[in-house]
Amino acid sequence: MEQDREGHRGTAKASRRTAWKLAGVVTAMFGFGFAMVPLYGAICQITGLNGRNSALQAAASAAPVQVDLSRTVKVQFLTTVNGGRGWAFGAQQAQIDAHPGQYYTVYFDAHNLQDAPVVGQAVFSAAPWSAAAHVHKTECFCFSRQAFAAAEDKRMPVRFMIDPQLPADVDTVSFSYTLFDVTQKAPAPQASVAQSISPQS
Amino acid sequence: MAHADAHHHDDAHGHDDHAHHGPDKGVMRWIKTTNHKDLGTLYLFFSFTMFFIGGLMSLAIRAELWQPGLQYMDPELFNQFTTMHALIMIFGGVMPGFVGLANWMVPMMIGASDLALPRVNNWGFWILPFAFAMLLSTFFLPGGAPAAGWTIYPPLVLQTGNSFPLLIFAIHLMGVSSITGAINVVVTILNMRAPGMTLLKMPLFVWSWLITAYLLIAVMPVLAGSVTMLLTDKYFGTSFFNAGGGGDPVMFEHIFWFFGHPEVYIMILPAFGIISTIIPTFARKPLFGYASMVYATASIAFLSFIVWAHHMFTVGIPLAGELFFMFATMLIAVPTGVKVFNWIATMWRGSMTYETPMLFAIAFVFLFSIGGFSGLMMAMAPIDFQYHNTYFIVAHFHYVLVPGAVFAIIAAVYYWIPKWTGVMYNETLGKLHFWLSAIFINVIFFPQHFLGLAGMPRRIPDYAVQFTDFNQISTIGAFVFFVSQFIFIYNMLRCALFRHGLQPAPARVWDGAYGLEWTVPSPAPYHTFEDPPEVTDAETPWAGGHAH
Repeated sequence: MEQDREGHRGTAKASRRTAWKLAGVVTAMFGFGFAMVPLYGAICQITGLNGRNSALQAAASAAPVQVDLSRTVKVQFLTTVNGGRGWAFGAQQAQIDAHPGQYYTVYFDAHNLQDAPVVGQAVFSAAPWSAAAHVHKTECFCFSRQAFAAAEDKRMPVRFMIDPQLPADVDTVSFSYTLFDVTQKAPAPQASVAQSISPQS
Repeated sequence: MAHADAHHHDDAHGHDDHAHHGPDKGVMRWIKTTNHKDLGTLYLFFSFTMFFIGGLMSLAIRAELWQPGLQYMDPELFNQFTTMHALIMIFGGVMPGFVGLANWMVPMMIGASDLALPRVNNWGFWILPFAFAMLLSTFFLPGGAPAAGWTIYPPLVLQTGNSFPLLIFAIHLMGVSSITGAINVVVTILNMRAPGMTLLKMPLFVWSWLITAYLLIAVMPVLAGSVTMLLTDKYFGTSFFNAGGGGDPVMFEHIFWFFGHPEVYIMILPAFGIISTIIPTFARKPLFGYASMVYATASIAFLSFIVWAHHMFTVGIPLAGELFFMFATMLIAVPTGVKVFNWIATMWRGSMTYETPMLFAIAFVFLFSIGGFSGLMMAMAPIDFQYHNTYFIVAHFHYVLVPGAVFAIIAAVYYWIPKWTGVMYNETLGKLHFWLSAIFINVIFFPQHFLGLAGMPRRIPDYAVQFTDFNQISTIGAFVFFVSQFIFIYNMLRCALFRHGLQPAPARVWDGAYGLEWTVPSPAPYHTFEDPPEVTDAETPWAGGHAH
């Protein structure tokens, strides 16, 4: 009887200890879910997945590059309005032929279809992903938020260069811009991009 | 605690009274109970209620798909049904079903008097009716129930109306319930085994639940985190998944499937444990390869953490990623193959009889393997581009979930109900139920493979006319399957509630069954193993002790 009680008490204590340890694992895994967000951000930044690092590359591309006139790459421009409403948004040219190393300026038109001022943020993505690291932009309307007055028309430039080190098997690069309505969000431009590039150019 | 101990010590007579008194009377017994058998029963009743509700939704879906065009509902309601059908079947049907079986059987199988944390157990169960009442109430809200699919991908899910916060909180509550249940199972297995019940003598059902519980503890919090991010994205201005604010909707898919793929194994590993219990009983041979079964289960659990992106082959991941996730996924076929071959080897030259639980177990091995093979087909990244988002996927996961997880739950209920209630179910009705289920489950889902290969997308209320024939076969199967489940419900409820005149069950219900649960009388007394039992080699033949 005496021994049973001791045994029971020991089990109860051990059970409580195990239960608290497992509760610790639960808390840690809850945190891990959130930690995956910066973790993936870092992976994309390092590998260039998702077209993520092209904005950073732009800052490093100040040195002159040899233009490769022997090679022509098709650059296509895709535009999407998130949710499909709010703007008429399109590229002036759907596609251009570009020589690696040469700078080009293309224009995009956005017309605010609403009778109220809105703030837009374009999100850039390049495909194929192996080309993303070789897209250098010195100027892009996607670097900062764009404020539109009611029914305002805007012509917005993108100045870019395709790095001659673009893998040889890539003959077409697609730039995709999706315009988001961010009127509800705080008006400050994204810090990381603002540091490297002057947004109002 | 100290008070209870003193009471034990000072008043042996009072102790006896306490040990032998039965359950309280009336409804408060069920609300206040901390008894693992009561809670197991509650979980199972809850599970089958949810199977019924989710089943009705699937009938509505199949009725709408009887012919092309829109017949009975608008696409919005159809999407609500597909979404809610999945959420209810997964979180309300399959998972509580397995938790109910764990409640009933784990303590009895390891010689423990109850689960380690009985009050937490009560709490974990009683959260569920509230969670599902909240979830189901969304049908009556403006904008209706969630309709973005059970995978709740943003940005679509963020367009859900008033039901959105209720969906999120319901998932939080389900998560809390699963996590508390899982912690309870782990703590019980690690601390409360009878002397002599070493880890490698535990019945495989206990092993599979131990591993499942670890999976639950690891991934349910990740699901909770991901839905919390959805909530803050919608209401608090964060941009986890909003590209306009610097986030990425694909991020959600990564986090969700980091939960979602282990979740798939949470729904099948306990089934593996059940089948590994039933087949040796009716083959009258100890389980072939017990240790390899344990290691295979653990390997599957480990691999489940590194294959999540095979759900995302088409979102645009790099070639290296496609290859890694493809081969990692195919690797799962190895431990799964070990299990299937072990089950077949257990049956090989056994003295087989075909009682209803065994029939369901054999059907499980055969039909689950079909689902496994179609899974292997989809694991091939280049081929998955054709299968993705088609009825082939629907056919695949229903093959592993219905003749897989659900057949295992049904088999387990047939197998243990004589132990729970003390009476035998009607074997003729059981066999009738089996044959109707086994035939019509294939009538429902086999044609869906062809539909998917021919290009019919999933989650649509309308389709091209050339898909009509196979859809009609599928719909006929669904209605017959659903109706035939009432044979089972009748058979089991008769054992549970109206057992007058039924044949009483002996302690060892099946002559080939071994394990501590068969050493207690049938029905199992309200309190079992207050004093730890002796664990003999004869009762643990799977562990390599001499069996017969």
